Amino acid sequence: MTVSPDHNPKFANYAHPEALVSTEWLATRLSEDNIVVVESDEDVLLYEIGHIPGAVKIDWHTDLNDPVVRDYVKGQNFAELLGSKGISRDTTVVIYGDKSNWWAAYALWVFKLFGHPDVRLLDGGRDKWISEGRELTTAKAHRESVTYPVIVREDTALRAFKEDVLAHLGQPLIDVRSPQEYSGERTHMPDYPQEGALRGGHIPGAASVPWSKAAAEDGTFRPRAELDSIYRVGAGLKPGDDVIAYCRIGERSSHTWFVLKYLMGFDTVRNYDGSWVEWGNAVRVPIVMGEEPGAFSAV
Amino acid sequence: MTFQLPAVLSETRDDFLDLSETDRLQLLLEFSQELPALPAKYAEHPELLERVEECQSPVFIFVDVNADSTVSVYATAPEQSPTTRGFASILVQGLSGLSVDDALQIPSDFPDTLGLTKLISPLRVRGMTAMLWRIKRQIKEKSGAV
Repeated sequence: MTVSPDHNPKFANYAHPEALVSTEWLATRLSEDNIVVVESDEDVLLYEIGHIPGAVKIDWHTDLNDPVVRDYVKGQNFAELLGSKGISRDTTVVIYGDKSNWWAAYALWVFKLFGHPDVRLLDGGRDKWISEGRELTTAKAHRESVTYPVIVREDTALRAFKEDVLAHLGQPLIDVRSPQEYSGERTHMPDYPQEGALRGGHIPGAASVPWSKAAAEDGTFRPRAELDSIYRVGAGLKPGDDVIAYCRIGERSSHTWFVLKYLMGFDTVRNYDGSWVEWGNAVRVPIVMGEEPGAFSAV
Repeated sequence: MTFQLPAVLSETRDDFLDLSETDRLQLLLEFSQELPALPAKYAEHPELLERVEECQSPVFIFVDVNADSTVSVYATAPEQSPTTRGFASILVQGLSGLSVDDALQIPSDFPDTLGLTKLISPLRVRGMTAMLWRIKRQIKEKSGAV
């Protein structure tokens, strides 16, 4: 790692403190050539109304998803995208975004599917940077294109498919949606449009831990002790557990995936990006309704 | 059906479709900057406004049916929600001044015809559809149209 980590004391208790940087740390490093700051938001126009000077935009919808197949881009597209943003394989990438880094964590997860060696999140994301009155610009960053190698995406370790989840039943699952989605009362987020799942409920045995519990009021990640109390005491996760997180289409669960893997140190954590939009529409998969995790039974 | 899309909305649609996909987002950004401020009577009485629950950002709308059977449409959304502001602005500018009949005949799928569905997630575009639906419902209620 060529860029040294942020030695912020808050991060010291996290399993991988090098996966986060603070706004203070970033503010003094904006002109460093081997760091590229990436903004990734839910609202696709936010970058245009003001972003961190020098930051490039990566859109989760148009840049990271395959336009036809429900899948992520392939190595060739990823190489072209990152090369065009001035990111090479040895660049330190710092990602930030709106809504407590919800979409930033999703982008980071896709970067990790391609094994990008050094990618970090800005703790607190866009809102914290703005609330601290730090500099913003509307000038689009122009970075010279570089060559990014074509890497074959490696899904196995970080991504779960429906079949993987079926084989995993009985082991820890974290459902990060709202309590109403978990119980089956509704199939979409409160305040969000109906997404079209035919069945409501959750995957048998899944513990309900809404993703936002891991975020503090200011959008930063909660301290380690609080995360332990939420996920270990509250959801019953034990060291060494093999965990799958899911939500509606895999974005909110990327946030939880990041927390479990990098802040709490669970080695085996996968994000099930098919999530409820797939599971709640699939034929003959087991579903539990109500507030209890419930038991699984063979299909 | 010989219904013609009202001129402002039809021009808006053509303006979007004439642009490259990247420039369409720029145009939506311009719309977001043109969302008119609420008239004082609504700014001071937020309880009169209806929240569009289907939108991801807090956006509120209000419709007036005037004595001459034309409609006035108002909306407000946060500065940090430019996409939502852009959608609201297109509808506010496109519907204000229309007759009740013309406004009610706007096809519900108008938001899908702007060439934005590949650029913006389906959830967001559906938020705009919901906004249009709620505006039309208010027009119906307030004009007595069934």
